[in-house]
Amino acid sequence: MSERAVKLEIRNMTKLFKNGDGVKNVNLTVYEGEFLTMLGPSGCGKTTILRAIGGFLDVDQGDILIDGRSIVRLPPEKRPTAMVFQSYNLWSHMTIYDNLAFGLRIRKVPKKEIKERTREMLELVKMSGVEKKYPAQLSGGQQQRVAIARALLLQPSVLLLDEPFSALDAKIRSQMREELKRIQEDLKITVVFVTHDQEEAMAISDRIVVMNKGVFEQVGTPTEVYDRPASRYVASFIGDMNFIEQPDGKVIAVRPEAITLSKGNGGGKWDGTIRTIMVLGHYAEIIVRVGDQNIKVFQPRHISDTFRQNDRVSLSFDKYHVF
Amino acid sequence: MKWLSPRGFYYAVGRRKFIEFIVLSAFLLFFYLPLLNLFMLAFADKYEAPALFPQEWGFKWWDYVLGQKSLVSSIALSFTIAIVSTLVSMCICIPAAYALARFSFPGRKLFFLSFLLSDAFPKMGLYIAIGIIFYKLHLIGTFLGVVIIHILNSIMFMTWIPANAFRSIHRQQEESARDAGAGPFRTFMSVTFPLALPGIIVATLFTFLGSLEEAQGTLLVGFPQYKTMPVEMYGIIMQYATTAGPVFSIILMIPTVIVLFLMRRYLSPDTIANGFKMK
Repeated sequence: MSERAVKLEIRNMTKLFKNGDGVKNVNLTVYEGEFLTMLGPSGCGKTTILRAIGGFLDVDQGDILIDGRSIVRLPPEKRPTAMVFQSYNLWSHMTIYDNLAFGLRIRKVPKKEIKERTREMLELVKMSGVEKKYPAQLSGGQQQRVAIARALLLQPSVLLLDEPFSALDAKIRSQMREELKRIQEDLKITVVFVTHDQEEAMAISDRIVVMNKGVFEQVGTPTEVYDRPASRYVASFIGDMNFIEQPDGKVIAVRPEAITLSKGNGGGKWDGTIRTIMVLGHYAEIIVRVGDQNIKVFQPRHISDTFRQNDRVSLSFDKYHVF
Repeated sequence: MKWLSPRGFYYAVGRRKFIEFIVLSAFLLFFYLPLLNLFMLAFADKYEAPALFPQEWGFKWWDYVLGQKSLVSSIALSFTIAIVSTLVSMCICIPAAYALARFSFPGRKLFFLSFLLSDAFPKMGLYIAIGIIFYKLHLIGTFLGVVIIHILNSIMFMTWIPANAFRSIHRQQEESARDAGAGPFRTFMSVTFPLALPGIIVATLFTFLGSLEEAQGTLLVGFPQYKTMPVEMYGIIMQYATTAGPVFSIILMIPTVIVLFLMRRYLSPDTIANGFKMK
């Protein structure tokens, strides 16, 4: 990682709102061509950081650098960033072509080139031929595609995406995220993405920043964050996790897929009874009652099919964390 | 002939519709009967009070009214004043509306409400107080004085309706424009203003029409140098025969009807209702 060029750097940034929300002393480095996701529940400060990068919020202190140049004092129109919002990105009184051409006209790009570039960009987001339509004639997903195209046309150093898919329904959302990933890899563009959807974050990110109440809980690759959660909060926020309270006050955290079931009593303390078996496609979710706790176990079908409800089983943990 | 009987009609359309029909008919009668009467009297050469219909029909009073030089010049003056005061009012009120919509400052709501104050007092009392100030400022009997009075009357429409139009624009749409490289002024001109245009048109229309029919303030500040159409109307009612009035009021009505007809697309009940929301 160290030899990669730094694209965006946030140094000791603080932004606090009157109600006490906000972020304090944020330090973050984003590398060239990286897809970085800020993940957290609403109000955790992820959007605050994104808006500060885009220039829509004045920071209280600290610095933001892109390509080594401080941009923290620049207004949004002077920053080499482009932002896509959750919704209402497009100007409803302009055609799609005018929407796309707006930024290029300001940059005094010749008309012929504008035409060429908007056509190419619409092709890239698979929206060819909509130039003459108005935003209201497109579906929500199509509007977001156009919004992404408009942002990309500005050839930003850093593309900022503020929950761009959260207003779309689940199926289109996963389709859009795959395409975004493809476009990002094709253009090798640096992206800062904000979401509250951990599945989305896991699917598209090179690195994830897990945030909670204005604080970075963990920064790492999806695998790192999933396999080695730094805190109980991260463990609970990302993926499924069983938390088993211990008499000494500690908590054992174990993923449902990291548990092996064997028939009969093992004589250990992880003996229990199967309460329910739910088949969820290629795997099954089995709830095992151990003492007064329910433990969730994922098993492939060829194993889950050998168990029945009320079977006595013993559990062994392949991998677990203690918090 | 069954469909003509009220009982048959009642059972055919149902109770609810029947009541609606009665209410609507009564409303139409109240609303349009005076207008119909006005139209009728405008085409009467001779009319004496208790009779329902005029004794003699004709265009005598049209010739008379259109033959009066002062009446025709008052129409031109009315339009000049209405156009000038609408334009100046736009320049003052639209930026104020934008500020009220986009920036929060202490006392914003109170400030917003204060535009209603001028409607809370009897207009004539207010004008007399204004008249005293204008007299000291040498604005009495001047074009500027009349325009100021008209602008004062328009402030509520011109700030409330555009402010609510601005507020209904999503911030992201403005932010996207900034993001794309447009400065604040360009963002306003190419994104904010066009998106708020329906509301601004409604407000402009109200201001223009309001200025056309403003009489009391003009009478007090502008008389006798500046006699607009409605001011002339006072004179006509007092000086001429009953039938000259209807002729002149129809002439007064024509520009209003034309403007409303041309702009009917923007005058949806929604735009008007949204324009007066307090938030």
